[in-house]
Amino acid sequence: MTPRLELAGITKIYPSVVANDGVGLTVLPGEIHAVLGENGAGKSTLMKIIYGVVKPDAGRIVWEGEPVAIGNPARARRLGIGMVFQHFSLFETLTVADNIALALEGDRAGEGLPARIRDVSAKYGLPLDPERHIHTMSVGERQRVEIVRCLLQDPRLLIMDEPTSVLTPQAVEKLFETLRRLAQEGCSILYISHKLDEIRALCHKATVLRAGKVTGTCDPRRESSSSLARMMIGGDLPHPEHREAKAGEDALVVRDLSLPADDPFGTALANIDLTVRAGEIVGIAGVSGNGQKELMAALSGERPIIDGERIMLLGRPAGRLDAAQRRALGFAFVPEERLGRGAVPEMSLAENSLLTAHREGLVSRGMVRAGAVRAYAAETIRAYGVKAGGPDAAARSLSGGNLQKFIVGREIRQKPKMMIAAQPTWGVDVGAAAQIRQALLDLRDSGVAILVVSEELDELFEICDRLAVIARGRLSDAKPVTETDAEEIGLLMSGSFIQAGAETHRAYSPAGVI
Amino acid sequence: MIRLRLEARPEPSRLAQWFSPVVATAAVVLIGFVLFSAMGKNPWLALHAFFIEPIDQLYDVGELLLKASPIMLCAVGLAVGYRANVWNIGAEGQLTMGAIFGGGIALAFHGSESPWLLPAMLVAGMVGGMLWAAIPALLRTRFNANEILVSLMLVYVASFVLSLLVHGAWRDPEGFNFPQSRLFTEGAMLPILVEETRLNMGVLIAFAAVALGWLFMRKSLVGYQMRVAGLAPAAANYAGISARRTVWLGMLIGGGCAGLAGTGEVAGPIGQLLPSISPGYGFAAIIVAFVGRLHPVGILFASLLMSLLYLGGEAAQVHLGLPAAVTGLFQGTLLFFLLAADVFIHYRLRVVRIPTLVKAA
Repeated sequence: MTPRLELAGITKIYPSVVANDGVGLTVLPGEIHAVLGENGAGKSTLMKIIYGVVKPDAGRIVWEGEPVAIGNPARARRLGIGMVFQHFSLFETLTVADNIALALEGDRAGEGLPARIRDVSAKYGLPLDPERHIHTMSVGERQRVEIVRCLLQDPRLLIMDEPTSVLTPQAVEKLFETLRRLAQEGCSILYISHKLDEIRALCHKATVLRAGKVTGTCDPRRESSSSLARMMIGGDLPHPEHREAKAGEDALVVRDLSLPADDPFGTALANIDLTVRAGEIVGIAGVSGNGQKELMAALSGERPIIDGERIMLLGRPAGRLDAAQRRALGFAFVPEERLGRGAVPEMSLAENSLLTAHREGLVSRGMVRAGAVRAYAAETIRAYGVKAGGPDAAARSLSGGNLQKFIVGREIRQKPKMMIAAQPTWGVDVGAAAQIRQALLDLRDSGVAILVVSEELDELFEICDRLAVIARGRLSDAKPVTETDAEEIGLLMSGSFIQAGAETHRAYSPAGVI
Repeated sequence: MIRLRLEARPEPSRLAQWFSPVVATAAVVLIGFVLFSAMGKNPWLALHAFFIEPIDQLYDVGELLLKASPIMLCAVGLAVGYRANVWNIGAEGQLTMGAIFGGGIALAFHGSESPWLLPAMLVAGMVGGMLWAAIPALLRTRFNANEILVSLMLVYVASFVLSLLVHGAWRDPEGFNFPQSRLFTEGAMLPILVEETRLNMGVLIAFAAVALGWLFMRKSLVGYQMRVAGLAPAAANYAGISARRTVWLGMLIGGGCAGLAGTGEVAGPIGQLLPSISPGYGFAAIIVAFVGRLHPVGILFASLLMSLLYLGGEAAQVHLGLPAAVTGLFQGTLLFFLLAADVFIHYRLRVVRIPTLVKAA
């Protein structure tokens, strides 16, 4: 059988990093082929090369037996290559049909388009109303738009870049059904992910990348998660220890917090109740865009609220306090965005220590103690195994995972009594993620109250003691993890706990979930 | 196929950051050379008139520093705000207000020999500039009004206030109805530093401001927090750095410095209140702040350069009969080359071969 796509010796060198180093890859027709690797292993660069977004410095691309040069995405689409990006490129104010018409070339976007959208979406089990506006749709629904957009172009190779990071477990299952049906019809699929279970469940073959090089190919159905992980990170996956929690006094109590959205596409919070006690980790699961951002801003003090008593922090009404005042009470926060929020990209790690840790004796009489600041950064780098040039390295020169370790370390070293971590391991490689989880567990064991917001259910089940779900701006009751499972949490993520009629005040159908 | 391509540098080059003003200045000289030749002037003579003549005598060096001082003061103050994304464009108006407040004290205590008169004038000047800057700060923090527009418009208001005073209440009773105040007496004038020049204490105040500006921005926690607010507003909010305080500080420091510069002018080379106090120092300071990379030491050199361009322009007019526009042209060319040179701080020019894919055998 002629391979659908064959890559040989693909090399791409950026000024500071070799993204791909002699990468070879063969995809057969009808094959679901996983490309597996940690963040920064070169997966995305490779996909961009195939899709014509990035030009390789060297190497050979053979498409259905013919050597080709793919100069741009339009050329890729004409060959029959479609790609669903991790971050969607849809216009929020337009309808599904408009968005799809914009992407199709000339004659394909005509009168019959809505009907064709309905046909394709019905055929592949991707229900979609062509007349709906994008801003009313959940992330999962938006992804369907992207997939249908690709399918309308009859692709023979579909590239999916980390498609499940935004989906509930149930939605992931549905997506897999669609992909399997596509593969049966002869479409090849390149599936990028670092989630080992998914790859074992879905893919026929896997190519593993590490530091820009292929470290192996295998049949993931015959491998275990740990053997795949070994190929991916070149070592065994550390597993955090999770001991029984000894919960103490209430550290954070949120009572009936409602908050209007601060931008038109934001989510309003409604009647949030939440308690986090000293010595336990409470997790908040949910698909992003369901109010996590707004809840975090309210809890961290970045968006103070009028009624101060709705948020009790360490026994004090804290709603009206700004972020600095809450920190002074013993609060710490690891935000979702590392660059530009958790750290100033242009500044050195030393200067970034000063951002929140200046109360740790780094300032005397208003003047910065440069030596103490450098020492604080150096100790954070050492204690949390941050790979960086030293305290003077600019924050943006660090990889996402290393910067996250630095920020987590900076916050933990301030000895908070209550800490919130939003998406603590998002985009962080497996090794660093395990390290961060262990650090959170150690912190919990020292009696600190911790709230973790994450989209990764595995992570939440691994470290949390109790678990709540956020959907459409509402929060379910927190349940002990021992009394629930992924299936139940997945159902809650779709908003099943919200009583009918409770949402009449909403202006439009919310950015909910599938 | 070969072509030129701008390629992002992984790290902006520190060397280039400091080198680019030098390159820009050299390019300005080169352009001047070509320009003067094209105008039929001897380019060597013209460049001599422009860059050497203004500083070849002690008196001239004094003039250079004298002119540089108010620009330096304004620019150091503005740079604090600019670093924090607070865009005070109205230093010219704050300078005028400073002159009114400082000059007002001088007129109120006319003839006083008290050693406290001059300090009182300087403080009053600073307060005047701050009050004028407080208006855009208040409107920005209360109503989110754009401080660029408000501070700029207040420049014209300030100049009318000054005009009103010197045409009316503060007009010199023995001044033959000219719109000017009485000449300040000895006690209200900044002492001359160097005999045979007009150079006064003002230059020391400017140098002190440079030092304090550096200390504040580089070494103090508040200065650090203002830099954070400028570089990453979300990070500032995350750390609980008050956006309101940032705006207030940025505006008040800029206004205070400009007010001080205004008092320095009326208590220095001018010696009285006139309908116009400054030939645009407050606006020149904006260019100087950026040419100096918003860094106090850079501003020190940039204001000397700007002062040289002012004086050189005058000398070129006097000795060579060049049009007055040459000064503006040189300032503009300098800014142009500086911005062009900036590109190379973040990018490098590379000759690239379009990658050719190896054909399959």
